[in-house]
Amino acid sequence: MALVISMAVGLLAACGIYLLLRPRIFSVILGLTLLSYAVNALIFLGGRLGATAAPLALPGARGLSDPLPQALVLTAIVIGFGMTAYLVALALRARAETGTDHVDGADGPEGER
Amino acid sequence: MTASLLLIVLLAPFLGAPAMLLLQRGHRRWAAWGAAAVMAAALGVLAPLVPRVLAGEVLVARWAWLPEWGLDVALRLDGLGLLFCGLILGIGLLVVLYAAYYLPDEDRLGRFYAMLLAFAGGMLGVVLAENLLLLVVFWEVTSLSSFLLIAYKYEAREARVAARMALAVTGGGGLALLAGVLLLGQVAGSFELSEVLARGDVVRADPLYPVILGLVLLGAFTKSAQFPFHAWLPAAMAAPTPVSAYLHSATMVKAGVFLLARLYPVLADTGLWMVVVGGVGALTFVYGAYLAMLKDDLKGLLAYSTISHLGLVTLLFGLGTKMAAVAAVFHIINHAIFKASLFIAAGIIDHEAGTRDMRRMGGLFRFMPWTGALAMVAAGAMAGVPLLNGFLSKEMFFAETIGHPALGGAASYLLPAFAVLGGVLSVAYSARFVHEVFFGAVPRDMPRTPHEPPPWMRLPVDVLVALVLLVGLLPQVMVGAILGAAAAAVLHGAVPPFTLAMWHGFNLPLLMSAAALAGGLLYYRWRHVLFALHACLLPRPGSTVAFERVYRAAELGAIRAMAWLDRRSLPAYLALFLGFVLVLGLWAWRGGAPAALAGPLGWGELDLLTGFGLLVLVVGAGGTVLLHRRPLPALMFLSLAGLMVSLGFLRFAAPDLALTQLSVEVVSIVLLLLALRYLPQLAAAESGAARRWRDAVLAGLGGLGVAGLTFAMLTRPFETISGWQISHSVPGGGGTNVVNVILVDIRGFDTMGEIAVLAMAALGLHALLQGLRLPPAAGVASAGEGEPMPVMLAMLMRPLLPLALVVSVYIFLRGHNLPGGGFIAGLVTAIALMLQYVAGGIDFARARLRVNYVRMLGAGLGVAVATGLGSWVFGRPFLTSTHGYVDPPLLEKFELASAMGFDLGVYLVVVGTVMLCLTELGAMSQREAAAPRPGQAEG
Repeated sequence: MALVISMAVGLLAACGIYLLLRPRIFSVILGLTLLSYAVNALIFLGGRLGATAAPLALPGARGLSDPLPQALVLTAIVIGFGMTAYLVALALRARAETGTDHVDGADGPEGER
Repeated sequence: MTASLLLIVLLAPFLGAPAMLLLQRGHRRWAAWGAAAVMAAALGVLAPLVPRVLAGEVLVARWAWLPEWGLDVALRLDGLGLLFCGLILGIGLLVVLYAAYYLPDEDRLGRFYAMLLAFAGGMLGVVLAENLLLLVVFWEVTSLSSFLLIAYKYEAREARVAARMALAVTGGGGLALLAGVLLLGQVAGSFELSEVLARGDVVRADPLYPVILGLVLLGAFTKSAQFPFHAWLPAAMAAPTPVSAYLHSATMVKAGVFLLARLYPVLADTGLWMVVVGGVGALTFVYGAYLAMLKDDLKGLLAYSTISHLGLVTLLFGLGTKMAAVAAVFHIINHAIFKASLFIAAGIIDHEAGTRDMRRMGGLFRFMPWTGALAMVAAGAMAGVPLLNGFLSKEMFFAETIGHPALGGAASYLLPAFAVLGGVLSVAYSARFVHEVFFGAVPRDMPRTPHEPPPWMRLPVDVLVALVLLVGLLPQVMVGAILGAAAAAVLHGAVPPFTLAMWHGFNLPLLMSAAALAGGLLYYRWRHVLFALHACLLPRPGSTVAFERVYRAAELGAIRAMAWLDRRSLPAYLALFLGFVLVLGLWAWRGGAPAALAGPLGWGELDLLTGFGLLVLVVGAGGTVLLHRRPLPALMFLSLAGLMVSLGFLRFAAPDLALTQLSVEVVSIVLLLLALRYLPQLAAAESGAARRWRDAVLAGLGGLGVAGLTFAMLTRPFETISGWQISHSVPGGGGTNVVNVILVDIRGFDTMGEIAVLAMAALGLHALLQGLRLPPAAGVASAGEGEPMPVMLAMLMRPLLPLALVVSVYIFLRGHNLPGGGFIAGLVTAIALMLQYVAGGIDFARARLRVNYVRMLGAGLGVAVATGLGSWVFGRPFLTSTHGYVDPPLLEKFELASAMGFDLGVYLVVVGTVMLCLTELGAMSQREAAAPRPGQAEG
């Protein structure tokens, strides 16, 4: 299972990076979202796979998952939303100012920018 | 008292410099008098300290500056420092006076004197520094201020090039010196000169000694224009003559040999020192003297002569014997005096005759006998004519070359012969200076009929030539004391007994002097042979031209490198950055085998459900990439991936994360759908195949790296550091949900920062979108022509709102003990409110939900901070929580922790953020710009 999950996380990261390098802003937003999935998963998996119970400190509870990475990832997910929202606003503003959704603010003459 | 006197001496020029700019607003001469007053005042302040220093005392004053970096403002006045202070301030005073007459009347002198004073301050700092780092700082001050002084006539290209060259060479040397000093301080264990000087043995025995020596010498040689770093000095003759007289005879170029003298006790006395310092000095001595002869420009001749004499001083330090060091210090004094007077005289000749080209002048003695006589005396000192000061130090030099301990047998003749050769060349160019300027026929095309300068202008030469004579005739009386004190500082201990006398009797050095004089005159007589030979054998570009070529090439290279690196494109930057990170990662992994990734832990069985979930995740991510040019379908695939990530959190026992991810997923998708209205529905394929392949390779490698890292981590055992959090969650935080307790209690301050960031992001969006008018993208119905609101949905949503709010309250309240809490409750509330907008339209929802979300953000942050501050009332640190049990009537008993107040703040901020973002985006449809006409290309 460890190998398959690692490959899935790697694939998320690869897809995220590829989209991050696209020239259109919406692709970049998608890529950033995918990349944040991958990074959140990576941090979360720092608590390993073997846990069987949610991190509730109940009497007699065993096999708790690690709460610390979960707390870190929880705020990261919410902040990720804040970042996406800000990026979207930036993209719309940039489109209003430059008239394009190209990340460099202008359509490259040779389409390779 | 001593300390403040030293500080006053050092600060006077720096404080005086800006005052010059004010003074020049008055009369032209005010600035001159001001600068002279500063120099004289500094000399006067120094005067009471002189007897103590001459008695052998080393005065040290210290003020802490950056003690943790070993950087103090620490000043030191010993014999060497005093000697240089005297040269800097004394000759500075004369130059200030001279410049007032020399510079054209239309020049406002404030700028000149301000720069000159700043330079003098830098020089004083170099010679007074006790801390080595401070020395380097002032070293750079001299480089910078000399750059400005050389570029004084900045309208002339020649001056700009010369200034740039001087800065490049001496600034580069300064960097090397900084590195050398840092190493030296590490090795010696201190940057304080008093301590470093006492640890010469440690430094010389260290394996880093050759590196330190090389770097420090690079600094000294560039500053003192030693071969092959000499070219900037002749070019710097583009500066006005007062600058040349000051910087390029008496002070700046002497900073290099000062450094050699200063660090002599630490670095000298090794074979390497002798070979490098002695070798470079000897080469420069002869090379400079040879080239001086070939210069037609008066100042050029003097510049190369300066290079040669600096080489002589360097050679003397390189010889390594104690008397040679004494001779070196003595020659520093003598050279400063006669060379400054010669430069000033050259300036007078230029000023009165209108040219500096020796081929165009002659017979000037008839027109300016007084100046001529003075210049001839100074030139005699330069040549080493008896009865003048230059003769004495040159004879000491000759004496030191004879029977040097490091050379035996036939080689022992080599050094004296070389010394005589240098002497011959010196005599020859001095003879040329005297003969071609003052004697011979008067050419007809001299630009002006020359005459004697005003007496005040000549006064500096009078004073300096008087010193040449006095030192030459009464050396022991004039300089014996200061020379002894300075030599004691250089040798850091006992000075060999020496007596300075005009006459030492007939001996070998006198014979060598006589040979040099005779040889020099003969050589001058037959100079045309040399000129002819030189012209046909060595036609090469001037050093300035060569420097410019190198400079231009470097500039062009930098521009090309920038153009290659900086494509002015964000994806290109990102690709470069990713590539570099990958290279770093691969570098760290070099030599590793893929199998080594697997750790000792078992891989675990893959169950069917997890496998299916991962498959869906892969489909979601892959579909997003494949369809990324069609935003709407891509968004759907993205939400599939997000859903699977949420379920994955649930599968691996993280219900809080699953809830958060799920609700963030919902609001994110709505947000992106709203934004899509204003973005093209189909992006053109615009990346070439090569670019796509490059990106795919980068992405693939990056993904492999992440996968490898994850795999290596998952298969390795670990000791959780969360044990403390789990065991303290109930007794300390009053909640069983450890994740929530960590968020609102244990790491509450962290969460406070995070909600602040969240609020800032929302406010940023608010600011960016306020009043923004955008046309909807092509193919999107504009507002008003869309379909009516779906009735069923609207009817369903209205009663749902209170229900959803109750759920969110429940999630909030139970969050401390069971999955839930402020973040999740906030997201659920936001989704419930958002559904009202979706179902009823923005006008409907706005009319009913009159909430100012910006205020809500403020309220949330306020509540969170207030909860934190509340613990102060009870004398506890910020954000300390307490908890107790509440037993309300009719309801089950439940636990209430003060951290819940903080969680309420989190809740409010999350609701405010999400709703502010969504309503701002949604409201844009109400002020849309006109839709683009059909056929108009979409940006």
